[in-house]
Formats: sequence, C-alpha cells, structure tokens
Amino acid sequence: MAAGSDGGPADRGEARRHPLNNLWRLRRYLRPHAVEFSVLLLAGLAATGAGIAVPLVAQRVVDGPVADRDLPGLFQLAGLALALGLVEALLIFIRRWVQSSSSVAMEAAIRDDIYAHLQRLPASFHDRWPSGQLLSRITSDLSVLRRFLSFGLFFLILNLTTYLVVVVLLVRLHPALGLLVAASAVPLFLITRRFGRHYHTASRRMQDQQGDVATLVEETAQGLRTMKAYGRGPQLAARFVAGTRTLHDTGVGKGRLLARTAALLDLVPNLTLGVVLVAGAAAVANGRLTIGQLVAFASLQLMLIWPVQSLGWIIANGQEAATAADRILEVLDTPPAIVDAPGAIALTRAAVRGRLRFEAVGFRYPGATTPVLRGIDLAVEPGETLAVVGATGSGKSTLLSLVPRLHEVETGRITLDGHDLRDLRLTSLRRLVAVAFEEPTLFSMSVWENLTLGRPDAGEDEVRAALALARAEFAYDLPWGLRTRLGEQGLSLSGGQRQRLALARAVLVRPAVLVLDDPLSALDVHTEALVESALKRVLRDMTALLVVHRPSTIALADRVALLEHGRITAVGPHAELLANVPAYRALLSAEPAVAPPPRSPAGPAPGSSPLVLS
Amino acid sequence: MTAVEPADPAQWRGLAADPHADRSLAEDTEPEAVARLRVRSRALLADVLRPHRARLGAAVALLLTQNAAAMSGPYLVMLGIDRAIEPLRAGDPGPLAAVAVAFAAAAGVEYGARRGFLTLSARIGQAVLLDLRQRVYAHFLRLPVAFHERYTSGRMISRLTSDIDSIAELVDGGVESLVMAALTIVSVAGILLWLDLPLAAVTLLAFPLLFWLSRWFARASAAAYRRTREAMALVIVHFVESMRGIRAVQAYRREARNQDIFASVNDEYRRSSRHAFRLIATYSPGIKLIGNVTVAVVLCYGGARVLGGDTGVGVLAAFLLYLRRFFEPMQELSQFYNSLQSATAALEKLAGVLDERPQVADAARPVPLPRGPAHGAVTFRAVSFGYRPDAPILTGLDLTIEAGQTVALIGPTGAGKSTLAKLLARFHDPVTGTVSLDGVDLRQVADAELRRTVVLVTQETHLFGGTVAENIRFGRPDADDGAVEAAARAIGAHDFIAALPDGYATEVHRRGGRLSAGQRQLVAFARAFLADPAVLILDEATSSLDIPTERLVQHALGTILRDRTAVVIAHRLSTVEIADRVLVLDDGRIVEDGPPAELIADGGRYAALHHQWRDSLL
Repeated sequence: MAAGSDGGPADRGEARRHPLNNLWRLRRYLRPHAVEFSVLLLAGLAATGAGIAVPLVAQRVVDGPVADRDLPGLFQLAGLALALGLVEALLIFIRRWVQSSSSVAMEAAIRDDIYAHLQRLPASFHDRWPSGQLLSRITSDLSVLRRFLSFGLFFLILNLTTYLVVVVLLVRLHPALGLLVAASAVPLFLITRRFGRHYHTASRRMQDQQGDVATLVEETAQGLRTMKAYGRGPQLAARFVAGTRTLHDTGVGKGRLLARTAALLDLVPNLTLGVVLVAGAAAVANGRLTIGQLVAFASLQLMLIWPVQSLGWIIANGQEAATAADRILEVLDTPPAIVDAPGAIALTRAAVRGRLRFEAVGFRYPGATTPVLRGIDLAVEPGETLAVVGATGSGKSTLLSLVPRLHEVETGRITLDGHDLRDLRLTSLRRLVAVAFEEPTLFSMSVWENLTLGRPDAGEDEVRAALALARAEFAYDLPWGLRTRLGEQGLSLSGGQRQRLALARAVLVRPAVLVLDDPLSALDVHTEALVESALKRVLRDMTALLVVHRPSTIALADRVALLEHGRITAVGPHAELLANVPAYRALLSAEPAVAPPPRSPAGPAPGSSPLVLS
Repeated sequence: MTAVEPADPAQWRGLAADPHADRSLAEDTEPEAVARLRVRSRALLADVLRPHRARLGAAVALLLTQNAAAMSGPYLVMLGIDRAIEPLRAGDPGPLAAVAVAFAAAAGVEYGARRGFLTLSARIGQAVLLDLRQRVYAHFLRLPVAFHERYTSGRMISRLTSDIDSIAELVDGGVESLVMAALTIVSVAGILLWLDLPLAAVTLLAFPLLFWLSRWFARASAAAYRRTREAMALVIVHFVESMRGIRAVQAYRREARNQDIFASVNDEYRRSSRHAFRLIATYSPGIKLIGNVTVAVVLCYGGARVLGGDTGVGVLAAFLLYLRRFFEPMQELSQFYNSLQSATAALEKLAGVLDERPQVADAARPVPLPRGPAHGAVTFRAVSFGYRPDAPILTGLDLTIEAGQTVALIGPTGAGKSTLAKLLARFHDPVTGTVSLDGVDLRQVADAELRRTVVLVTQETHLFGGTVAENIRFGRPDADDGAVEAAARAIGAHDFIAALPDGYATEVHRRGGRLSAGQRQLVAFARAFLADPAVLILDEATSSLDIPTERLVQHALGTILRDRTAVVIAHRLSTVEIADRVLVLDDGRIVEDGPPAELIADGGRYAALHHQWRDSLL
C-alpha cells in the first residue's frame, strides 16, 4: 500500500522551471519584513567587522604598547578592544532578536495562508490529497523554510561577501597568486552546482516521503479501532516500518551526498593553499616575493576556509527550502475550482421561494472514466419534499453534494428560483442551503458551537427548538450542558446522538433548501417516528431533498425520485411508484419474495438457513 | 490547552470532562512529572544510541583524524616557509617537494576522514530516527482504544511528525559541532594552562559566568520549547480536524470562523517559538560578550605582566590567539545546546508516550482458549463499567451467551449496547467483574488469539489506503484472491467491486472517498466474513445499506452466523429477526431476555418496538 502514490501530489518529478523560482516567489512574505531584514543584515556585517577588529587590536597591543612599555597606551587599546567586544555582542544580540520575531512571523503568515487556501479548495481536492501530505507542508516544510530565511539566506550573503572581500585583498596583495586563488572558484562552482542539482532531487524525495509517513500515521490514527478489532497491529506496523525505512534510506543517501560534497569543499581550499605554498615558496626563492608577504597571504587565505566549508550546508539548506517552497506552492497554486463567478449575486433568504431544478445534470469524479450521474432532470417545487431513493452506490449522496456546490456539475445546470447556482455567491448559496451528511461531522468544540455552525447568531430559543425537533434534548443533560466539548477531544456520543445533533444543526439554519442524506439511519424506530413527525411540520416551510433507505422515512416526502445507476428512472408519489415500478418496489419492500435482489449472481449457499421473518 | 482558553472570548472549545482530559503523562506540566520525563527522555536517548556505540566511537575517531589533519595545515605552511625556501634558493627542491607531498597527504586524509565522518554520522542519525519512529508507532498501536480516545489522533500525528522533525534537526548537524567544540575547548584550555598559569586562571574566571548563563538558558529554554511543542500539537489537531471535516466546513460557511481559530492557535505557536528564539538571541551574544570581555581583561592583565617582566611577549601573543579559538566554538556549542533543548522537549513527549502503560494490557502469561466444538461461549459476570467514575454505564451485569448463539441487543440510545460490545471486544476492561470467553477471562487471553476469535464491526467503517482487495484481506492477511472474492460474493459486494475501474485492485483513495457509505459497509462486512471469527459482534453494521442489499447481507448472515456466536446491535429489527435470542437493554440493565417470538407473545417492550417496526414497513 504505497501511501501518497495515489494521485494526490500528481506533479511529482514534473519538469519544472528554475529550481529557485518558487523560492523567489515567496519573497512577498519577506517584504513586510524588509526593514528588519536589512537591519539584521547590517548588524550581521557590522558584527563580523567588529569581530575581525578585536584580534587586530589585540595584535596591535602586542606590537605597540607592550613592546614600547607604554602602560596608558596599553589600557587605551585594551579599552578599545573591550568597546569593540561590547559592540560586537550587542550587534549579534540585535541581529538575533530581530530575526527571532521576523522569521516566526513569516512562518505563521505562510501557514495562515495555506490553511485559508485549503479551506477554499473543493472537496474533490481533499479527496485526492492525503491529509498527511498537507500536514507535512504546514509543519516540516515550513520549518525548513524558516530555517533558511533566518540562517541560510543570511549566511549565504555574509559568507559570499567575506569570500569576495578576501579574494580582492589577495589579488591586491599579489596579483598572480591572488588570481590563482580566484580560479579555485571554478571547481567550487562546478561542485556546488552538481551538488545542488542532485540534492534538489534527494530533498524533494525526502520531503515527499515525510509526507507519506505523515499520511500513514494519520491513517493509523483514523483506523485505530478497526486495527484493534482485527488485531492487525503487526500488519500496520510492517507497513510503517517499510515507509520509515524508505525515508531512512533516502536520509542516508542524502547524508552521503552531503558528506562527499562537504569533504570536497574542504579539499579545494586546502589544495589551493598547497599550490599557493609551493608557488609562493618558489617565488620567494626567486626573490619575487618576501617571506612576510607569503605569510600574510597564507594567513589571509586561511580566512576563506570557513566560508567555503559552510557552503555545503548553506546550499543543502537552500535546496531544502526550494523544495519546501515547491511543495507549498503546489498547494497555493491549485486554483480553487469552485469560486464565485464574476458578477455573482447574493440572494436573501426572504427573496427565495426555493424552486430547485436539475437540468440535464451530469457529474463524474476527477480522474474517473464513468460518470456517476447522467442526464438528471428533476424539479423540486417550493415547499415540496422530494426523496431520492436508490441502491447502495447509485449516486444519491453525490447528487446531494451538488446542491451546496461541494462538487461542481460537469454538464447541465442546477437552478434555484431560475438562477444557475454558479451565478450565486457561494456564501449566499450555502446560507440558503443546509446539509446534514450521512456521517455527521462534529468538531472538537462545544455543543453550542457545533450546533450554530451555520448560524453563529442563533438565539437560545431557536437552538432549543432545533434540539427539540431533532429529539436531541439529551444535549442539556451533558456534564456542562451546551458548553460541553464534543468531538474527538471531548465527549464521545453514540451514532444516533450525533446524527440528531447534525439534524438540529441543519434545521437551525432555517434554509430555503434543506438537504438531508439518510438523516435518521442511526435512530431507533421509536425516536425515528418522533423526529419524523416534528420534521414534517418544519419541512412545510422549505424545499427539501432527502436521501432515504427506509419506507418509514419516505412518508416525509411528497414525491420520490428513483435513482438507478446515475439516472433518474422514475418520479412520482410513493404509492404510485410502489404500484407501477417494480424496481422501486424491490428496493423498498421487506418481502424478499416480491422481487429477489436484482444484482446477486452470488446468492447464499444452497441449503442455507432462510431468513426468519415473522 | 490552558494556554489558549483564557485568550479566547468565545470559548468555542467548550468544556471537557476534565480540563486535562486530553492530556496524558506526556502533556503533564507538574514539576515532578517534568523531572521524571527528563530522566525518562535521557534514558530513551541512551537506549536508542546504545546499539550504535561502535559506530559512534568510529565517528569520533574519524573526527579526531580529520581535526589532526586540518591542524597540520598551518604547521606545514610554517615548515615550508622556515625549512624549504633556503634549500630551494640553493637549488634543492627536495624539502619543498616533501612539504608539498605531506600537505597533499594531509588534505587527502582530511577529505577522507571528513567524508567518512559525515556519512557515518548521517547513518547513525537516521538509524536513531528510524528507531524512535518505529518504537513510538508500535507503542501507539499497543495502547488501548481508551488511551487514544483521550490522547486524540492529532496529538498522535504531532508526536510522530513534528516532534521527530525537531529531533532530526539536532541529528542533522549536532554531533559534529558538539564533538568539535568540546574537543577544541578542552585542548585549548590545556594549552592555556601550560602557557601561563596566572593568565589562564584569570581566563578561567569566566567559567562560573558561562555556567550560570548556561543554567539560566537551560531552564528557560526547556520550558519554552515544551510550550512550543504543545502549541504545535494544537495547530496540528485543529488542522487535521478541519481538513477531515472539510465538507461540513464548506457547507456551513465555517471558513471565516475556522480561520480565526487557526490564526489564534498558529499565533500561540508563533509567540511561543519567538519566545524560545529570543532566549537563544540573548544566550548566544551573552556567551560572546563574556568571551570578548575576557579578551580585554587578558589584554590588560597580560600586558601588565609583560611590562612587569613576568612573562614574554610571545606568550601573550600566543595566548591571545588561542583565546580566540577558545571562545569561537562556544558559539557553536550554544547553537548546539539550543537544538538540544528543542529536541529534548520533543524527546520528552515521546518518552511520555512510551511511558504510558496500556491499561488494557496484554496478559503476561496468556491462557490458551480451549479448542473444541463449544467454541465461543461468552460470560459477563457482575460487570460494571463507566467511562467516567461518576457516570456508570453498566452496573453488575450478568449475561451468558452459549456458543453458536445469535443474540440481538435492543434498547434506547445510551442504554449501554455499544459499551457491552466494546467490552466483549476488549476495547476496554470492566471496572469490576469479568468478561470471559470459553471460561477464560479476556484479560488472560493473548491479544493475537483474542483478535482471531472476536471481531467487532461498527457502523463507522474505516478503509485503509490501498486496494479494495487489500482492505478485505485486512480480515485475514494470508487469504488468497479467490478467498477475498468469495467473501465479497457471500455478502453481495462482488457486483459493485467488479464494476469499479480496476475491480478488486481499485485504490480506495483517501478514507474511501469514492465509495459510498453503503459500499464501505459492504467491504467491512466482507472483511469480517473473511476473518471468520468464532465470535462476531455487529454494532449497527448495516445502517447505511439499502433494503435489498441489507437483505442480501442478512441472508448471508444466516449462513455466516449459524456456527458461531454473534452479538448483533441494530435499530432495524429486520436484522434482529435472525437472532435466536433478544436482549432488551435499558440503563445498563437487561430488562427483557428471550427468543424473539416469545418476547413478541409476551407483549413487553420488544413486542411494542416490533409492532412499530412492522408498521413502518410497506
């Protein structure tokens, strides 16, 4: 089970533009901190200068006052060294202090934006992307980026500056040898370029695999009960071991790559130093160079070692940051497929009568070959309740999800009071349409917050009425009443309880169109009857579209539409369909004799015990 | 948690059973618990490093070699200048050639040693991360459902992703800087003492200051990084939950409010990490300051000593040079210390998880279940249970289910039906009393055997990433394709699976995104059927099926359940009708018990429900 390979981040390994392109595009997050960044860069350069000056002053102390036995001079210069030392520490403090707030602020800003964007992306996007991959982008990738912005970038600039300054000094000191040192930049350039290219691939693989591991973890967390129920811990553990081992191998490979380059980056300045030494010694022997010059040259050249050595780490960090930027922008660049059309209008609840019409609607899931829905024509009149009935997997829930535009119709259109849904503002549409899903989603928030999801301004009386209608008064008896936290981090409720809260939530919106997906499936017969009669009263004032499985719930509907393999094959009052449409009868009748299961080549084994039907 | 709540005026989070309900040991902030976790995290670190002792030794040896080679560079330069130039002038290139060869050799050794060291340290680091990941994951799998209900999935994800990341950060560059810095500091301190004792003593006066500053940083940053870890966990929890519920979020236009909440947890993380970075922003220049002041002091005192004739100029010069090399690695060390603090905070969290003892522990000396025809007899004896002590759900329940019997559990929401099922599947252990299988207390049955024998199917069907076939095979990993298909056929899932784009090899995608709820239930059924347990528990397992499919499943159940014990919980009484016996549960007590026909004749609660249900049918 190769997690993450299932179509989510599809463009992995796609030929892309310059690897740093995406990193460069993230500069907009740097812009608000431009002043801070210049301050810290200046402070950093000044601190480096002060740091170099301290030993120079110390040297002068030795050469000057000490040699001249000048005590006041000694204290003067020592005072200067102290002052420089204080300034250096202060500058470092300023640089780090400024950095600490700007880098985390940038990180937080990007994270907020990714979250906001993900909330805008449609359900089909979330179906395709494993959430572990999304999660690793807002955690691992962002901290890589933060590290680059706070250290890598800074040291890249600082070390390049140091390198250039030292090389210029060397050339001025001795042009021929200086040019020799400058020439060593060529192999350095070739090494780092090669490294950058390889490392880019490796870090992309690594960060993707991190996302895969996060996905595995996320999935395990989700399927924990199933795992426990079957005692399949070892199997999941084996899968995890495989995933983490891949990650481990990539990590080791990446380490090996870095090791080779870092060692080469060490070797080049060393060899240059050796060549300078030999050539310099020869020059001294020929009298073209003094020993003092050679010593000065060599010691200056030693100052190049650190900037070159650190180049490996900085480039590695930069490549990882570039990869992180790629991965982050993959998400941010995905245009939200379902957005407001230009000139989209908002309808007020009062202005909407609630005539819902499907006109030749077709839909297929992205990447699927066969459509789920084909040529759906259906009209629901204001105040009418239409039930959609169909076999498991016939497309009922998909049909419903098109109304609040969680998915977008592929062909045809859906209209509300004659307006194409795509001409309405999304917020307006979703205020007019309320949905209760088959699997009620409760968040780790208070009951109140969960209930008022679609109506934050709902009053206490309205909430009470909605709870009463859904027979969910049990909420008042929870330990803290409506302030009790629900969801994963709070009190866990039974399936029936959750379903009733979800129903109350939908009803509370007082929508123009109420969409209920098998809303009473988890209720016992008694409660179901009570909820039904209450619901019936409410449904008079709104248009409703229901998916139902049980004949009892169909009593709520004025008309029923039969959905078979993505097509509407019959529409009419329940009694009429029951009398005239055999497929409908087969679907709803409890008597197996009336119509045997339509699609069951593999019936029960002959001689198996018959159903006990009283 | 508490860090966020007071700041939020709307109190959207609501109140949990206990303010610390969602914390475990790992989230504890009590001083003694923190201290204990520190100890545990160090032990954990030692434990994961132990198998790599030899490699670590080799790495340090390589590092020393590299260092020696690097140190020889300046010495060889000096040698070349002092000893090779004169002979060269005299026309003898031999000494220069010798120095050049030695120089090249040193550079070669340095290259090899550095490359070897970096490769080796990457290997060790990755192996440690691998070990930690696998240990923590395996432990999460071992911990019971009750733990996970408390700990929540977001936190589990956070432990295995972002916490491991911060340890990886240390692993990536930490070891080198630690060893090199320690090495330099110790050797330079030795040289200083050897050069000039009084001057060295003045230098060493800086040590108490360094120590004091480091202790302050250690304490402050430990607390700060602990806070960032928790803040990050909250970010992850909220993120995962809103992505999982994205349909509800969008349908109810929840985006803006969610964004506010996310921004607030994200901001809490921003503030806590800024605080942590500000500590290092103070600590690191602090170290620098102490170093620079020491240089100035040495300059004065040393200069005075030279003037007084107590020491030579050369010594002072050397002293000053070495002093620089002494304080420079301190900077790196402070950086390393910072990563260490951050990694330690993460390691503490992991240690906290590993410290968690499963309350539903696997038996130390498991008792094998008796083999025989009467396989699957279930007994509840005086079982009491509640998720919280003040709210008991079952009190003193006695129940015997004969092997092979199919029992239906009926009752209103909250009566304890699901709880009974969970106790039988040993998701929880009873507070008092025992649940036993064929006379053996479940607590004494080995987990693997228990899971082979008892399977619970709930209405929340989870499909794992992978193909449909793999998901069915989850019930019995060694089943071949034929057996998988036979199971699917038996419960009537074959047709829809065969119609999928790749049939049984179709990837179910993320959380079964493209299968309908009913189809997922069918896959889960096929999985249970393939598992072939002696005891099958169905908790609302057919609620999303349409009637013909449900009928098909029931028909199959007639066969499946015939030779095994079954407990069926269903609101749809059609499912109940295949039962040999019906139990009506109310408020944790069995109020009716008997064959369905008998109960209907008796005219009790079941009879009333049955009547109502018959009326609801066509």
